[in-house]
Amino acid sequence: MAVNRNFRTCPSSGLVFHEPAEKLIRWNAVAGVVSLLVGGVLALLVTLTRWPAVKLLPPDWFYLALTAHGLDMLVFWIIFFEIAVLYFAASTLLKCRLATPKVAWVAFWLMIVGALTNNFAVFKGDSSVMFTSYVPMGAHPLFYLGLILFAVGALVACFVFFGTLVVGKAEKTYNGSIPLVTFGAVTAAIIAVFTIAAGAIILIPTFLWSVGLVSHIDSLMYRTVWWAFGHSSQQINVAAHVSVWYAIAAIVFGAKPMSEKVSRTAFVLYILFLQLASAHHLLADPGLTSNWKIFNTSYAMYLAVLASMVHGLTVPGAIEVAQREKGFNKGFFEWLRKAPWGNPSFSGMFISLVGFGFLGGISGVMMGTEQLNLIIHNTIYVPGHFHATVVVGTTLAFMALTYFLIPTLFRREVMFPGMAKWQPYVYGLGMCSFSVFMMGAGTLGVPRRHWDMAFSGAILPHEFPGTAYLMMGIMAVSGIAAVIGGGMYLAITVGSVFFGKKIQTPDFKHVPVRQGMAPAPVPVAAAPSGHGSIGIGGFVAPGTFVLAMIFLTSFILYYFVNWKYLSTVWPLK
Amino acid sequence: MSQVPASPAPADDDMHDEPVPMMQQLIDNPFLLLFLGVAMPTVLYIVWGVMEIVGIPIAK
Repeated sequence: MAVNRNFRTCPSSGLVFHEPAEKLIRWNAVAGVVSLLVGGVLALLVTLTRWPAVKLLPPDWFYLALTAHGLDMLVFWIIFFEIAVLYFAASTLLKCRLATPKVAWVAFWLMIVGALTNNFAVFKGDSSVMFTSYVPMGAHPLFYLGLILFAVGALVACFVFFGTLVVGKAEKTYNGSIPLVTFGAVTAAIIAVFTIAAGAIILIPTFLWSVGLVSHIDSLMYRTVWWAFGHSSQQINVAAHVSVWYAIAAIVFGAKPMSEKVSRTAFVLYILFLQLASAHHLLADPGLTSNWKIFNTSYAMYLAVLASMVHGLTVPGAIEVAQREKGFNKGFFEWLRKAPWGNPSFSGMFISLVGFGFLGGISGVMMGTEQLNLIIHNTIYVPGHFHATVVVGTTLAFMALTYFLIPTLFRREVMFPGMAKWQPYVYGLGMCSFSVFMMGAGTLGVPRRHWDMAFSGAILPHEFPGTAYLMMGIMAVSGIAAVIGGGMYLAITVGSVFFGKKIQTPDFKHVPVRQGMAPAPVPVAAAPSGHGSIGIGGFVAPGTFVLAMIFLTSFILYYFVNWKYLSTVWPLK
Repeated sequence: MSQVPASPAPADDDMHDEPVPMMQQLIDNPFLLLFLGVAMPTVLYIVWGVMEIVGIPIAK
């Protein structure tokens, strides 16, 4: 057999790495981090330009930087890292070989060529069409071609992931159902397949339009189909980062989900309904009926929101149960006070969870309500919302996972451990504040994507209140703090991977699978029937219950405050 | 490895005999989930949305 089936067991974590999978995970993660570096530098430039007192870049450079920032962060950084997570969740967690590593390398190089081509088109200066690239605003054909190549590579990688599930099942490397974290990765991969297919449906004709082979693309048709790609790509992130939350809870605390059934059902709700939320981008568009808008954004999306609330409850709940079983059982919050706040994997994950729920989640539901959407449509509130979901939620969760992967995957000690302790706080809290003040300014009507919020020289100028300028200033200062946090992350990861002290793996050896290295199936242990005497008043996780009630109260208050606000900005008598 | 301990065998048999609930069968089949996860938004978001746009009367 020419199949490479080499495995390595990590002495510290006990994880089994298939060597070709390990290499692919590393390369995808590194490609992601390089994209993060480029996107991070651009983030600083964009932030300093939107700061009214600074206005760093001229308009053409601003739109170029904003386009490249959106693509490098929302597409390249996150999807490269997600592919690494998919390979990890399939090959490493199922302890099986990666299906078709050669095809996985083809996928990787397609993604690299696609990302470079797209960046080349943007930096050339004639493709400053923003992340959304709405027609009839046209970009250079290489812009679309790069995205298509990247999407094809990512799609192939998703099928390598599904193939690995088949390999694991066929070679009986696990018993019963796949682990919950892998199930979350399946959810992410399914959403990715839909996302990429939708991208192909719209980007291929747009590419043909850009080279003159198609005469016209209807702008509303473009927007409708494009958002099935554009927004769903962010739903891949949600599924992936929720999986990372579960993984980190298990790694740091040995926490088991409070109810596997409930958590898996929540992931199924994501599979069925999460992508439909794309419709909230079209709530102000004529041509689509309220039936379509309300079904997709309200009825269906709320089921996906329910799933997020389930995850937001079960992850801290599982941590609380694990902590209480270790003896931190006093009062409501001893488990939380005595959590390892100096461990960046935990602190990053927890800030990600709280920030995603309180800022990204609540604002997302508000935006997804057709009437309320009118208050903030196309204002800077929108990027405020998605920086809370994609940056605080996804990026910070991925950063938290990196601190675990450096010693286990890259076999290096984490450099600058003192800085690593602080990094999630600087980045996470900076980004939370950034999102809050963006949303605040957006509520006052400050437009998104605009180089000059003062509309200097416009025929119909608009005077924003001083508070809007103040909020934009605080937003920029918070953004700079987050960029510093991002720089800390890059210094730690790049330093550790290239210059960190090597961790020797004494039992690392190449062994053909026929000699017994394919891990034998291990019967799944019976689930414990109870949690003993932990908790308060019959609740095993009372602290999480209190947190959930605080969340619900905030949710309801914010929702109704916005209805009240709507009645003042849109007086009907 | 040729000798199998006496006690775990019945437990294993029990495990295999126990019928797998329908919902678990659904959840354990990633390709069925893939079909559902692609079909639902394709029909409810893309097809429905495109039909509405196509149905808009063209100005004369």
